[in-house]
Amino acid sequence: MANSLTPSLTFETKDPRNEEVITVVAEGDKDDIDSAVKAARTALDSGAWPRMSGYERGRIMMKYADLIEEHAEELAILDTIDGGKVFSICKNIDIPHTVHLLRYYAGAADKIHGETLKLLGEFQGYTLKEPLGVIGHIIPWNFPSTLFFVKVSPALAAGCTMIVKPAEQTPLSALYYAHLAKQAGIPDGVLNVVTGFGSTAGAALCSHMDVDKVSFTGSTEVGRLVMEAAAKSNLKHVSLELGGKTPLIIFDDADLDMAVNLSQNAAFFNKGEICVAGSRVYVQEGIYDAFVEKSVEMAKSRVVGDPFNSEVHQGPQIDKKQFEKVLKYIEYGKNEGATLLTGGKTCGDKGYFIEPTIFADVNENMKIGKDEIFGPVLSLMKFKTIEEAIEKANATRYGLAAGIITNNLNIAHRVSRSVQAGTIWINCFFVFDPSCPFGGYKMSGFGKDQGLDAIEKYLNVKSIITPIYSSPWL
Amino acid sequence: MAAGLACLALQRAFHEQNRGMIMLKLADLIEQHGEELAMLDSIDSGKLVHVTKAFDIKFAADSLRYYGGAADKINGETHKCSGEFQAYTLKEPIGVVGHIIPWNFPTLFFAVKIAPTLAAGCTMIVKPAEQSPLSALYLAHLTKEAGIPDGVINVITGYGPTAGAAITSHMDVDAVSFTGSTEVGKLVMGAAAASNLKTVSLELGGKCPLIVFNDADINMSVQIAWQGGFFNKGEMCVAGSRVYVQEGIYDEFLKKLIENVKDWVIGDPFDPQVHQGPQVDKEQFEKVLRYIEAGKREGATLLTGGKAVGEKGYYIEPTIFTDVKEDLSIAKDEIFGPVICVMKFKTIEEAIEKANNTRYGLAAGILTNDLNVANRVSRSVRAGIIWVNCFFITDLNVPCGGHKMSGFGKDSGLQAMEKYLNVKSVFTPIYNSPWL
Repeated sequence: MANSLTPSLTFETKDPRNEEVITVVAEGDKDDIDSAVKAARTALDSGAWPRMSGYERGRIMMKYADLIEEHAEELAILDTIDGGKVFSICKNIDIPHTVHLLRYYAGAADKIHGETLKLLGEFQGYTLKEPLGVIGHIIPWNFPSTLFFVKVSPALAAGCTMIVKPAEQTPLSALYYAHLAKQAGIPDGVLNVVTGFGSTAGAALCSHMDVDKVSFTGSTEVGRLVMEAAAKSNLKHVSLELGGKTPLIIFDDADLDMAVNLSQNAAFFNKGEICVAGSRVYVQEGIYDAFVEKSVEMAKSRVVGDPFNSEVHQGPQIDKKQFEKVLKYIEYGKNEGATLLTGGKTCGDKGYFIEPTIFADVNENMKIGKDEIFGPVLSLMKFKTIEEAIEKANATRYGLAAGIITNNLNIAHRVSRSVQAGTIWINCFFVFDPSCPFGGYKMSGFGKDQGLDAIEKYLNVKSIITPIYSSPWL
Repeated sequence: MAAGLACLALQRAFHEQNRGMIMLKLADLIEQHGEELAMLDSIDSGKLVHVTKAFDIKFAADSLRYYGGAADKINGETHKCSGEFQAYTLKEPIGVVGHIIPWNFPTLFFAVKIAPTLAAGCTMIVKPAEQSPLSALYLAHLTKEAGIPDGVINVITGYGPTAGAAITSHMDVDAVSFTGSTEVGKLVMGAAAASNLKTVSLELGGKCPLIVFNDADINMSVQIAWQGGFFNKGEMCVAGSRVYVQEGIYDEFLKKLIENVKDWVIGDPFDPQVHQGPQVDKEQFEKVLRYIEAGKREGATLLTGGKAVGEKGYYIEPTIFTDVKEDLSIAKDEIFGPVICVMKFKTIEEAIEKANNTRYGLAAGILTNDLNVANRVSRSVRAGIIWVNCFFITDLNVPCGGHKMSGFGKDSGLQAMEKYLNVKSVFTPIYNSPWL
């Protein structure tokens, strides 16, 4: 909020290392969302933000980026303690990536173009790109900082005003970002943060009659509810970035060590709590056995523990619910006949720590081969031919990303064009760049984040047509 | 079943060369059979035959030509990355598309929807409105003649709650486009969400304002207002159903406006002397008459018209209300008939506020010769299409679509193909590149 809420209701946010309460935070409800929307609407309809030039908005956004950089340590600590994320990665990757995104869009704010159009008759036509309006952003808990700015930056560049509802599991950095926004000079009412739960605050945002668009990153199940609420209320625009069951396809000609390394990272990075986790690893039969051996060895060497400890590779799962869900899927895997190669158990007595887990002999009909687990569980599968790999990679309702490891040009082209996913990584994984569009196919959602394309989500295209007389050309 | 065929055709269509050439052939066939198509639309929907032939059919053929010429110009991009990576975007056909089209411009909408979809390389199912299935069936036949492979375009005639709903909730349809009422648009989006999260584009209702300033050419303004309200018997999503006239010319404007009544011929749309045919069906006919009664009851002044014409069919007189307050149902709701509300305004601020006082945002017209008024009002009115000193001008190169509750997604323009394309980003590490 432009001004802080006076909490009538609060909720606790917990530390997943030890299940202890970190602090209490205001629990925003429908009324708080209403106030925030009113503030955003006023800031849009009569405030300075959309009336500033893109250049001026860009300058303020650059100042904001500088402030975030200055406070990188505190912000990384907040995400670590709230989300169980590895501290050194938050500080050295998440926060810098966040700053990079904000700067990218700050530099784009004065480069928004419509077009003049040639018409069939004596008319002049052109398109204006207008700020879409009041935006609702519902962001998840796995990358609280990065995803805050993936959403907020293009919307700010476009001249929109917004309400951010951070995940209830990770409200802390969002509140800090709201504070820094004010310091940066973002006018009151432009960027409002309402902490609270999905079923109350989030739902209120999705069904609000005066919100022009909602962007949601989270599970496919909740994505449906977001879109339904938008449809029932005021047909607001919707963009969804949902779940995935990302395949990583490794061909015989791959460098074995590189492939094993990549697949471990793909499955276990951020404790598997990443929508693009490479949870299905298809290895061609020629290198399969050697691959399995090295994978197990590598998984066993991963250190699970306190994410503030620089020796640790993997922190705790985010909360009790996720922790129990992952363990349930491990049980399904065992019951459905997959082979547990390593891991499968919890670590320690307190907190939500789970061992890096590898299953082999998995097929796409098993729950662990089909559903998004969102935990450190890797499913290994063998394949023979390129056709088989493509078919299996596509045997999912998801389509967020895919990885291909090969040095063969033709295989790389064929598979990258054949796998139905929004991002394809060839000989790499988890490569994100602010200039490249990111977003899913199929039931992984629609709408792109990142890239200049993302700003379009927050712009309304208006076509203007006027007759012209005595023009020397058409 | 149709979706299954469409899926199979998708595989084959990928190998089809020269989609554009086939689309140009279809354009020629539409034009060659323009007379038959116009007659089918006329008898089905009560549209004027001569206007349908001159405008609808031509636009339909031209949309196949426009997108036929665009099919080989679909470009992704390469991107400069912050690290040693090469990245590019591929634009892939989104897949199987469902099109649910309305009854007011049956041939035109059929073509406008299928053309960008074909250009994008997708396959589709078209569900024409139950009121106007005939031209869609004829067009299906023409697509085969043009050489469009089996399964690429499938036409299923039927009703919204059954066939239409089956498309919107189908688990194997990748995108749905809907043109129709806002009420049904909500159901379409809801069904897409509840099923497989298919992408949705909606072109919905409107309550379009036409704002006439004191300096406007009064004769041109009167003609625009008349056509804006009564063209195609008011069955236009972009009908200029709210006319705001600045006080300086208000009285003269009204006087000249009703002079058009005496020359306006209502009758058989097959007769080239007729200006206005019947409303499309009983439901619409009764709805329009109900709104006219409401207007009278709610205290507006009936300036002209207001009655049904003749004993048979669904003919209604061109109807003009004045002294209309903003909160009357005739000023708020989309009537979709030959009824307009003419209201007076004083200042530019008032005009903008009143124009925006609607949940719709499809189009708006501004009549003025003042550059600053034109720029200010065009930027301030919240609508997707702004006509300055003209109305109803559509062009295949200009994106068309609503703001607010008039929907989202654009038809026309190169942008329209984007709805039927999936963007895929591909990353590869690069080594020893002399530049980043």
